[in-house]
Amino acid sequence: MKQHTSIFFWLLLAPFALWLILLVIIPHIDMLGIALREQTAPREYAFSFKNFIEFFTEPLYWRTFMRTAVMSILATALTLLIAFPVSYYIAKMLRGRSKSFLFLLCLIPFWVSELVRTYGWMILLRETGVISNALQWAGLVSGPVELLYNDAAIMVGLVYTSMLFMVVPLVTVLESLDDDIIEASYDLGGNMWTTMRQIVIPHAMPGIVSGCIIVFMMTLGNYLTPNLLGGKDSLWFTEQIYTQFITRFNWELGSAFGILLLLLSSLIVWLGLKLSRQTLTSTMT
Amino acid sequence: MKSLKLKKILLTLPLISATLFAGTSTYAEELRLLTWGGYAPDEVIKLFKEETGIDVKVTKSNNEDMISKLRATGGSGFDLAQPSQDRVTGAQENHDIYKPMDLSKINGGLFITSMLDATKANTTFKDNVYSVPHIWGTSGLVVNTKTAGMVKDYTDLCSKDLMGKVSYRLKRPTLIGFAFAMGLDPFAAYADKEKYTELMSKVEAKLVECKPVVKTYWTGGDALLNLLRSGEVTAAMAWDTGGWKLNKENKDITFVAPKSGALGWIDTFTLPRKGKNDEAAYKWINFVMKPEIAAKITAVAGNFTASKGADEFADDVLKAQFQDSFPQAALDNVKWYPPVPAGLEEIEGKVLDRVKAAK
Repeated sequence: MKQHTSIFFWLLLAPFALWLILLVIIPHIDMLGIALREQTAPREYAFSFKNFIEFFTEPLYWRTFMRTAVMSILATALTLLIAFPVSYYIAKMLRGRSKSFLFLLCLIPFWVSELVRTYGWMILLRETGVISNALQWAGLVSGPVELLYNDAAIMVGLVYTSMLFMVVPLVTVLESLDDDIIEASYDLGGNMWTTMRQIVIPHAMPGIVSGCIIVFMMTLGNYLTPNLLGGKDSLWFTEQIYTQFITRFNWELGSAFGILLLLLSSLIVWLGLKLSRQTLTSTMT
Repeated sequence: MKSLKLKKILLTLPLISATLFAGTSTYAEELRLLTWGGYAPDEVIKLFKEETGIDVKVTKSNNEDMISKLRATGGSGFDLAQPSQDRVTGAQENHDIYKPMDLSKINGGLFITSMLDATKANTTFKDNVYSVPHIWGTSGLVVNTKTAGMVKDYTDLCSKDLMGKVSYRLKRPTLIGFAFAMGLDPFAAYADKEKYTELMSKVEAKLVECKPVVKTYWTGGDALLNLLRSGEVTAAMAWDTGGWKLNKENKDITFVAPKSGALGWIDTFTLPRKGKNDEAAYKWINFVMKPEIAAKITAVAGNFTASKGADEFADDVLKAQFQDSFPQAALDNVKWYPPVPAGLEEIEGKVLDRVKAAK
C-alpha cells in the first residue's frame, strides 16, 4: 500500500518537476553562465563580469531599468484603483445573472490575443483614429489629435491588458466576505468609509496582494504594449533584452539583463509583501 | 518574469522543433526553408512538389532572426536559409552556423553572371564560398509626392516642414543611409573600428537633432504602410517594394531613390551547418532560379531575382514602377552593402540606443 502511494506521488509530481527543472532551473543556470562571460575573439569566450559592469556604468540601461520598474508599479496601482470598485460591485452589489454577465464582460476582451487588443487601441488612439475623429465631429478640437505614441498610451494599454488579472482574485476574495459582517459594521455605527477601511480592505488584502503581484509581473515583462503604443523615446527593459539577443547577437549582455530583471522583480515583490505584511503562502491560497 | 519565461520558450522551441523535425524527415522527403515573406509562394511550392516529390516547409524570418535561430541550434533545424549577402561571413566567423556550398551542384547558367560573381566574392570565408544570390532590392525613401515632394535624400527627412509626418526605423540601414546623405562613406570605414565609431557618432548627432520631426520609429512593415496610407506619415525610409505596393493604391505615393544612393541588398541561398537535406536544397535553388519560376516569385515578393531572363516574364506594372524609380543614373548610384565585419553591430547598437533615449 505504501509502495502505491509513493508511485502515485512521484507520477503526479513528475510533470511539474520536469517543467520546473527543464524550463525554469536549467535555462536560468545556463543564462547565468552566459551572463558571466565575454567574447574575446570570434568563437572564443572568457569568464568576466563585464556585462554587469556595463549595466551599471551605462546610464542608458540603468535609466531604462528604473523607468520600467516605476511605470510598472504605477500601472499596477492604477489597475488596482480601477479594478477594486468594479470587483466590489460585481461581488457584493449584484446577484445572479447580472453578476455573471458583468463578469463575462470583463472576460470577453481576453478571448482575442494581446496583439489584437493592442491594435484595437491603436485604431482608437491614432491621429486618423476613432477618438480623434469623434472629438473633431463634436467640435471640441479643430484638427486631428495624436493620442498614440506616448507614455499615457502605454499606461492605458498596460492597465487594460491586466484588468482581468486584478478583477478575478479580488472578486473571489470579496465574495468570501460574509455580508453579515459588513452589516454588523454599520450596526455598530461605522460609516461607509470606516467599513471599507477596517472590514473590507483587511479581508481583501490577500486578494489585493496576489492581484498586484500578477499584474506587476505581467507589466514588467510586457513587450508588445510598450513597443507598439510607445513613443519615440519610450524605452522598456524587455525590449532592451530582446534587442540584445536578437538584433545585436549579444547574448552575454542580454542574459545579464535577464538575470537583473529577475532580481529586480523578486526584490519589488518581496518589498511589497513586507509592506503589506502578507506572506506569499497567504496570498496564493 | 513573464519575459524570462517567454525567452526560455523562445530559446528552447527551436531545439524541440528541431528534434521533432529530425524525427519526421526520415519518412517524407522534406526541405525546411528559413526565408523571408513572399520568397516561397504556395504556387511555387506546389510545382516543386509535383516535379520532385519534396515537401517544402517554410519559416518566415529576417536577417537578425535567421542568425539568432541558427545560432541557438548550432545551425540545425533548417536545410536552407536566405540571409542577405552582407550578413553571411560575419555570422560564420562568430557563430559557425553555415556550411560551404558545393558550386558544382548549382546550375550557374541560370544566374545573372555579375550578380553571381559578386555574391560569391562577398560570401567567401577562408577560401570557401557560402552563398549564391536569389532576390535583390533596395531601400530608400517612400514619399507622398504631393505633400512631401521636396524629399530627395535621407537628410531631407529632418526638414521642419515635415514636423510629425516622418517615420523611419531605428536599425542599421538608417545609420548607413544618413551617413551617405551627410557625405560620409560608412562602407569605406567598415574595416577601421575607431574610424567607424567616430563616423557613427556624427550620424548619432544628426539623428538626435532630427528626432523632433519624427512621428514614430516604425518597427513592422505593415504598420508603416498603414501610416503612409492614412496620410499620417508623408515621407519615410523603407523598401522599394513597399513604395510600389502603395503606388498601386495611391498614385501620389511612390519609392524615390535618394540622391546619395539607394542601399542595395541581395538575399542569398546559404546552407545551415547541420542541414539534413542538402540535395533537396540544391534542387530547390536550381528550380526557383528558372526564369518562369523566378518571375512567379517576383510577382509575389515584388522584388527582382538574380535569375537570367526572368525579366521577360515579369509584370509590366512592376517593370514600369521600377524604371520610374530607377533611371539609369540612380541605378548606377545604388550602394551595395559589403560584408559586415564582426563587431560593428555593437557600435551601431549603442548609437541606436542613445538616439532612442534622447529627449
